[in-house]
Amino acid sequence: MQSNDTNAINGAGSGKDPEIRTHIGKWARIEGLPIILVFLGLIGLFMIAAPKTFLGYYIYMSFLSTIPPPLILGLGLTLIIAGGEIDLSFPSIIAFAGFVFAYLFKNYQWTWAAFILTILAGIIIGLINGLIITKIGMPSIIATLSTGFFWTGLTVVFSGGLSYNIAELEKLNIYEFFVHRIGGIFPVQSLWALGIAVILWFVLNRSAFGEHILFMGDNLQVAKVVGINVDRTKIVLFVLMGALSAFAGLLLTIENTTFWATQGSGFLLIVMAAVFIGGTSIFGGQGIIVGTFFGSFIVGSIEAGIVATGIQGFYTRLVVGLVLLVAISFHLFMEKPEKRAILANFFKFHR
Amino acid sequence: MTLDRNHYECIVRLENLQLNYGKVEALKNISFEVKNNEIVGLIGDNGAGKSSLIKVITGVEKPTRGKLFVRDKEISFKGHSVKKVHDLGIETVYQTSSLGEKQSLWRNFFVGRQIKNRWGLIDVQKEKTIAQEMLLEKIGFRGVGITVDSPISELSGGERQGVAIGRAMYFDADLIILDEPTVALSLKEVAKVLNFVREIKDSGRSCIYIEHNMYHVYEVCDRFVILDRGEVVNVIEKHEISLNQLNEYLLSLSTKKSV
Repeated sequence: MQSNDTNAINGAGSGKDPEIRTHIGKWARIEGLPIILVFLGLIGLFMIAAPKTFLGYYIYMSFLSTIPPPLILGLGLTLIIAGGEIDLSFPSIIAFAGFVFAYLFKNYQWTWAAFILTILAGIIIGLINGLIITKIGMPSIIATLSTGFFWTGLTVVFSGGLSYNIAELEKLNIYEFFVHRIGGIFPVQSLWALGIAVILWFVLNRSAFGEHILFMGDNLQVAKVVGINVDRTKIVLFVLMGALSAFAGLLLTIENTTFWATQGSGFLLIVMAAVFIGGTSIFGGQGIIVGTFFGSFIVGSIEAGIVATGIQGFYTRLVVGLVLLVAISFHLFMEKPEKRAILANFFKFHR
Repeated sequence: MTLDRNHYECIVRLENLQLNYGKVEALKNISFEVKNNEIVGLIGDNGAGKSSLIKVITGVEKPTRGKLFVRDKEISFKGHSVKKVHDLGIETVYQTSSLGEKQSLWRNFFVGRQIKNRWGLIDVQKEKTIAQEMLLEKIGFRGVGITVDSPISELSGGERQGVAIGRAMYFDADLIILDEPTVALSLKEVAKVLNFVREIKDSGRSCIYIEHNMYHVYEVCDRFVILDRGEVVNVIEKHEISLNQLNEYLLSLSTKKSV
């Protein structure tokens, strides 16, 4: 057993044992597999602990209406983090975008025009972030912290801190288009989120832009010498994040048919938690879209699950914290080939 | 990108090149050339300006002033970029920073020059197939458990240089710049790299070879350009000097500096 272990370590490290390398490779190559298993396990646990709630379909339909906005944000953030950057301003875009849309609808009865202008607002905010980061050279964490404060502040100033009720929206086709319930139960926004997830998977994994993001996050110097226009890639990345944030803000505002000046303020930490639970590395150079997808569902279902099992809702954050710690420890473990080999050997031994 | 390697005299020529970083003069009035099918050793201490010079030639930096000729034709510094220089058939292999550590070998091979399918997406299958061929035929990784899907972090130093060099070969560069390619390599791997430099010469290409180890430089280069504090202080043909004389000369330069 002892000598077996050492062999496995050497094999994976120096490449002398191709069999082990490929064996692990295949196993680890299914994107997001561990996190999918964690999600299924969690749901299974809830099914046992709260069968009344989790064996019916209603709770899942509820997830499919509440999770899309943070999920879309998480998908965008996955690309940002893969590119070695961070965005703290997206909660403020949720608020500002909601305000732009609600204001234009309430005062001018604009719907689709308001939609387009809202997305445009997100694009402009993203562009400003990108320009500050590349042209002034401010680290993205500081730049987006500042702009985040600014846009949140501006939203409060413009709206007077009030909320807008836009319930008339429910009769209009824009409402149907984004948050309709198919068959009276299935929230259509979940399909929007799924569509964006598929598109962003291809953007990150199969487009030249995505490859440039990965190299940029991996090593900026390398990205430059292989001929990547680093500034342009960063700007496009933040513009994309701005547009996605605005869209998430729209879904939220339209779903609730209400705009709150404080909307989105709770998203920052849960969205980040979802991305990291999904296995995207904080160090950049790698992003796991499938992981973020299921990570968002994990974070989004924990609260409902905990409340349904009869434990007090106060425990939600505590549990999210624990899941985050365990998930990231696991991912770190998986990143090291020699540790992976120990894991694989362990499973082999017990088979 | 088939290039006729006979119709020009110099693959690269620099005229009065000046590069300032603020008030610091990194390069002072540099003029030098690399002839067709010539291997030039660029020699100088740390801070002599080797890296700055390479950055200008490879499109990473724009010079303050000066002229650049590629294949005897002047190249405007307007829109000077790494990509443009790649398109001119100039490739660089850096000592460390040529490859993305966490990215797979096939991505590293084609990054910046992706093969795309009709939807504008990366043609992964094709890229992998070509990378695989290169891996086996040119670079000579056999049965070491490395595949095109392996991340660079699983490769040894020599294997990494092999990938970077193979990439330059595949893209059919006319001028290959090697920036200290043998640093931190074992003797056996150094021999491989030197062999590659000879292959560059044999295949009719040109090369700028930067290296601290004079034995390696002397062995493979046709001509030596000596840089000191941002200036070209001497250009010596190999037949004019022996290895010992070269070493003594360089030593005298550095003693002069410290006086």
